[in-house]
Amino acid sequence: MSTKVEKDQVSGRETTGHEWDGIKELNTPLPSWWVYVFWVTVIWSIGYWVVYPSWPTANDYLKGMFGTTNRTQLHETMNNVAAERAPYMERLAALDVSEITNDPELLNFSMAGGKAIFADNCAPCHGTGGSGNPGFPSLQDDAWLWGGSLEAINQTIHVGVRWDANEDTRINDMPAFGRDELLERDQIEDVVQYVLNFTNHADDKAAVSRGAVVFEENCASCHGDNAKGIQELGAPNLTDAIWLYGGDKATITETVTNSRRGVMPAWSGRLDEETIKMLTVYVHSLGGGQ
Amino acid sequence: MLLKKHHIVEKNVFVLILGIFLTIIIGGIVEIVPLFTMEQTIEKVQGVRPYSPLEQAGRNIYIREGCYNCHSQQIRPFRDEVERYGHYSLAAESMYDHPFQWGSKRTGPDLARVGGKYSNAWHVAHMVDPRAVVPESIMPGYPFLAERKLNFDDAQAHLETLRMVGVPYTDEMIEAAKADLYLQASEDAAYDDDFLARYPNAATGDFDGNPEKLTEMDALIAYLQVLGRMVDFTTYNPQMNLR
Repeated sequence: MSTKVEKDQVSGRETTGHEWDGIKELNTPLPSWWVYVFWVTVIWSIGYWVVYPSWPTANDYLKGMFGTTNRTQLHETMNNVAAERAPYMERLAALDVSEITNDPELLNFSMAGGKAIFADNCAPCHGTGGSGNPGFPSLQDDAWLWGGSLEAINQTIHVGVRWDANEDTRINDMPAFGRDELLERDQIEDVVQYVLNFTNHADDKAAVSRGAVVFEENCASCHGDNAKGIQELGAPNLTDAIWLYGGDKATITETVTNSRRGVMPAWSGRLDEETIKMLTVYVHSLGGGQ
Repeated sequence: MLLKKHHIVEKNVFVLILGIFLTIIIGGIVEIVPLFTMEQTIEKVQGVRPYSPLEQAGRNIYIREGCYNCHSQQIRPFRDEVERYGHYSLAAESMYDHPFQWGSKRTGPDLARVGGKYSNAWHVAHMVDPRAVVPESIMPGYPFLAERKLNFDDAQAHLETLRMVGVPYTDEMIEAAKADLYLQASEDAAYDDDFLARYPNAATGDFDGNPEKLTEMDALIAYLQVLGRMVDFTTYNPQMNLR
């Protein structure tokens, strides 16, 4: 109900002129500080349009006084970073990977950088600190499939393993002796016993000597006559009790039956040359470098 | 003063409707007009193509499982992001994404460039039990993906629908959709020039370690392996698109 606007005795404010069952409403204005802040933000927004990119136009947009963009800012940042790193990066580019370790300062730089790069890119498969996972080799031990020298590690990071997109990729193909019926079931059992015997885990001595023949005829060409592996072929040493997929009877039988085809991506193109060199030095230092 | 006249608007329903109408028009213009500038906003780059049927199927699983709840697919133009994940994401790279998966929640890492970063075997091991390869991971396991047969009988219809919203699938692609679905997960795909011409840079071959069966795991990994790999950044010139 409408009544007259009147002055409230207690607060000294005017009422709105509404009344419900004798209750009247005060016409309290917004706090003035709030109103001022509101208008300041409106004025601020106009200033913002002038300084920073804002409105779209027919074919473009208003670029603002300084033409600020995130991408330009990023490129400036990255150029500064590159300039800071340049003294090291230039030396890294000039030096062969095996020479980096002779330069203590560069070695420090590579180790610090390599550690971060490893954590970002390599740790998900090879484990934090290169401790390895089943199917993904440990980088801390002396067993190297494709070589543990600085040059060999550098090459492996560049080209990957069985990474089809890279034509120089490291590749070998162990036959699936069981699946492709190259060996009989009992021959596989024998050769597994022979392999287990290197670590004194064979449980059938007669099978070991039968397995030796199978090994000689089928496996030695890659794994070597003494089963110590041939690094040029990426064939692992079978005598060192270090196993990529597992060294129990069931796992070795599965490996011989179905073969294994571990894959590592090629990092060339994804990481630049200098970064791969830093990574190489770090990986080499993890404990197993040769 | 105008502020004292609000009772005119409050007491006249047609004046009020007119006011509401004007407000909505202004709001609409501000939101809609930028969409008309998409042509200029999206970078002109080489290599971005529609997803193959298998990748698209994987993408559907990615969405179904809510991967976007923890993983973004957008590398922002900041130093910490580009040093970790690679080149910042371009608008062009997600122009055929319906819906896009940019996201803003990173409980897990960004996946915009996860393609080619890990082997298929790693993805399988990780998806079955994340802790098996990344001990500190808090991601749930998705072992059932390796068991479930991929059901994408409507691949063709799916591609056609995407074409309706602007994804440039050709008649040939739609025709071959069902065949491509199975082809990509076989060893033959790597030698099939027609397939590779339709979907350059597609990862091919068996993905889940079980060539006998086309599973949801195959599809999801095929999708993950192409993320961020369509544009060749070794030849891309970022100076072209500074904005």
